[in-house]
Amino acid sequence: MVRSARRAAVEAAGDARDRGPGDPQNYDVAPRGHGLPGTAAAVIAATQDKAFGVGTGQEKPARITPGPRAVTTSTGFERDLRLDLFRGLALWLIFLDHIPSNVVSWITIRNYGFSDATEIFVFISGYTAAFVYGRALRERGLVVASARVLRRAWQVYVAHIFLFVVYMAEIAYVSGSFDNPLYVEEMNIFDFLRQPDVTLVQALLLKFKPVNMDVLPLYTVLLVGFPPLLWLLLRQPTLALAASVLLYALTWEFGWNLPAYPSGHWLFNPFAWQLLFVFGAWCALGGADRIGSFVRSPVVLTLAVAYLVFSFGIVMTWYFPSLAHFVPNWLEDFLYPIDKTNLDVLRIAHFFALAALSVRFVPRDWQPLTSAWLRPAILCGQHSLEIFCLGVFLAFAGHFVMIETSGGMIVQVLISVTGIAAMIAVAWLISWYKVIESRSPGSRTKSPSDADLAGGAA
Amino acid sequence: MRTLLLVIVGLLATTAGALAQADDACSVAEPLVHAENSLTHVAAAIDTTHHLDVIVIGSASSVLPGIAGKRAYPARLETLLASRLPGVEVKVGSRAKPRQTAAEMAEQFDKLLAEDKPALVIWQTGTVDAMRGVDPDEFRATLDDGVGVLHTGNADVILMNMQYSPRTESMIAVDTYAEQMLWVAIQREVPLFDRLGIMRHWSELGTFDLFSGNKDPQMAEQVHDCIARLLVDLILDAAKRARSEPSVTR
Repeated sequence: MVRSARRAAVEAAGDARDRGPGDPQNYDVAPRGHGLPGTAAAVIAATQDKAFGVGTGQEKPARITPGPRAVTTSTGFERDLRLDLFRGLALWLIFLDHIPSNVVSWITIRNYGFSDATEIFVFISGYTAAFVYGRALRERGLVVASARVLRRAWQVYVAHIFLFVVYMAEIAYVSGSFDNPLYVEEMNIFDFLRQPDVTLVQALLLKFKPVNMDVLPLYTVLLVGFPPLLWLLLRQPTLALAASVLLYALTWEFGWNLPAYPSGHWLFNPFAWQLLFVFGAWCALGGADRIGSFVRSPVVLTLAVAYLVFSFGIVMTWYFPSLAHFVPNWLEDFLYPIDKTNLDVLRIAHFFALAALSVRFVPRDWQPLTSAWLRPAILCGQHSLEIFCLGVFLAFAGHFVMIETSGGMIVQVLISVTGIAAMIAVAWLISWYKVIESRSPGSRTKSPSDADLAGGAA
Repeated sequence: MRTLLLVIVGLLATTAGALAQADDACSVAEPLVHAENSLTHVAAAIDTTHHLDVIVIGSASSVLPGIAGKRAYPARLETLLASRLPGVEVKVGSRAKPRQTAAEMAEQFDKLLAEDKPALVIWQTGTVDAMRGVDPDEFRATLDDGVGVLHTGNADVILMNMQYSPRTESMIAVDTYAEQMLWVAIQREVPLFDRLGIMRHWSELGTFDLFSGNKDPQMAEQVHDCIARLLVDLILDAAKRARSEPSVTR
């Protein structure tokens, strides 16, 4: 760790020298008031680019080649590559899960336990959002930080609407060539194409959400509510976390949720799912250090492993009904239903168990994190909003291909592999483009607004 | 006239051939059909009263449009059950209507129990609820209560989940609702006819081209015939199970 950090710092400093002090990238995002001259400031700027450039591509100030990236800075901010890695992996899993009846999705974690990639995603999103906007709040105040958060919420909203349009295009096409008498009932799903006035308005209000398009609305709402929470988190972290738990408990007690169209409620209840988001934020702002030794204790390890094994066993009874007889009735009554909408405690516990094992076995300075093998996943994790949207789009496109080719296992594997390759390629392209952009003349004025983009991507 | 006759004979032969083929084809899904729970009232009806009344309640996927309606799975079920149960009078009634949610079906249960006194109710549901976005929680509660009402009315229950519809798969979130149905089946100890899994299996093996968007009444009939066959297996299996475990209390 120390060695790689040093190497990266030297590299970054070298690059900074190459480009000279006038390079906007080094100074626009440099911390103010540290009084560090010359190269030292450049090092911090470069490394903090990484820390705060989540989703901006500025995390790559030096060059695009894979190399050591885990870097500590004198200000105590540190980019945890594990977050990018796990978020990148979660993005891949979500993509695989979104392709209907995909044989490859058998590798995803939802088939082996209670929780799935959504939990990982929401937690890490909370973590990075707090990391980035927490700094903005400390340095520029509540108003500026709130403005940035809300701007981000707007971007996520617009991205969602874009995906909705893509979805409508697919559904309209499919409905045009569908006359199979087996599926008279299913064809009623096209009803809403007949009343676009209602459908479009309901979609803009985030009430009408097609299948697999629930995550971005959830994220929009979480971001809108984030500024006051962030303010509290920076002053009274424990109180903020307690408030979040209270909201979660009250949601369960009183059944709060947002309404959906044509009926029902949000599939991901924001009042419940905020718990993981806030917990992530809490961890980012010092909570992780506070519970660190506890999480790494043997007791927690034992409990985590036991729980993972238990949930694995239960999930197996869903696939092999003959095993269901081994589960006693009282346990069944206790377990079911496992409520995804309201983020069931069983799901949270499963996520915690996974997280505890990850923290233990994947330390921050884990060597493979800097290897070329994990670079693709990390790259995807660093541009999560773009890659998430791309994943949803690719899942639609993949389904489209399956319809046209009548599916088949080979097609599914091809779609899965091609899709992930496309996600990596685009993540790389975004990184490349942002580096180029920030180097071009006149980008000086653009850089600060780019920093707004930072962090907490979907 | 002769030509016409030849054409008809030819058509019949083709249909029969196709049906025979379908019969073999169905069996690939047999591993997916096994009774984990027993049907005590069905066993009693077969063994003691020799009179088996079955009601199918569901949505449009339990009927076939047009003249093919007589070859939808409820009608096929009656024929096949009768041939497998000599000496037993089998009646299968269908109360399937398009666009019915689980809650709308459950409302009819009291009337259904009073009028038909069925030994078995096959409750096919899920698709409409998924399309309307009914709260999964509410959906589960409806199923749970509904099964309770039917049990109180001395009827066995088989839950049947959705069809596998690859074309609309990215538009209707059936999996969430299928999961709820599975959990109710586990908790209430009723057999679940996993139509979704079975049809998905057929699609994967290429038994039926379910991706086809074309109007193909013949394939639709074959699919329904296969569903009826597997359903008969499940019913008889679960009834046998009831006989082997004498002390079943609910």
